[in-house]
Amino acid sequence: MVKRFTVGAHYGLKDWLVQRVTAIYMLLFTLFFVVALLFCLPEFTYKAWSGMFSSPCVRFFAFLFIISLCYHAWIGMRDIWMDYIKPAGLRLALHLIVLFLLIGYAGWAVQILWRLPA
Amino acid sequence: MTETTVRKRPKHLALWQIKFPFPAIVSIVHRVTGAGLFLLLPFLICLLGKSLHSQESFQEFKEILSFEIISLPLVKLVLLGLLWAYLHHFCAGIRYLFLDIDKGLDLPCARKSAGAVVVVSVALTVIIGGLLW
Repeated sequence: MVKRFTVGAHYGLKDWLVQRVTAIYMLLFTLFFVVALLFCLPEFTYKAWSGMFSSPCVRFFAFLFIISLCYHAWIGMRDIWMDYIKPAGLRLALHLIVLFLLIGYAGWAVQILWRLPA
Repeated sequence: MTETTVRKRPKHLALWQIKFPFPAIVSIVHRVTGAGLFLLLPFLICLLGKSLHSQESFQEFKEILSFEIISLPLVKLVLLGLLWAYLHHFCAGIRYLFLDIDKGLDLPCARKSAGAVVVVSVALTVIIGGLLW
């Protein structure tokens, strides 16, 4: 007789890890960004503010922040719907709305960064 | 025989006596702040876009920030709320990372760290919010 064990698809473990990795990235980015704001932005003017974001380095890390944020938010919101929304159809609809919104937000935020003259 | 296996139902929970333990409140606030940040994400991206698009939109951004209703700086207050939500989510998240690696799992320690999350996030909100205001 074959012994069968009930195991999941393991995507839970992967998402658990992604949730933490993206969290740590955003944590570090936030700290660096706050320090950069304190030291590189003597006065809050358009020139200084947009100048900060036009650096390729800031853009690179800000891009990763946006992607991390959206992935992190997707897992978090998915968990909320999974915990509280029982009807499968409604839950699927809410999952899809969050997913499409976040993909759209990512595109929107990225084009804000990329539109700036380098 | 069967009687011994039947569980006594219904259970009478004394709902007026049951309270969420403090770390559970911090935990649910972590979830609520996360959901709130998600809901107001388009507002934040919109503000970022306005602040970066051009000199004119930067002026618009500043006007939006100083928007007032009956002399209440509404937008700034919402942003202050979001700052607190971000900081609470941030501090509680750090606490969970430590709990994940089995640090601070015993009850007194978990209660203290939950308290620290609330105190630190509120203190940072006051300090950073004060600096930015």
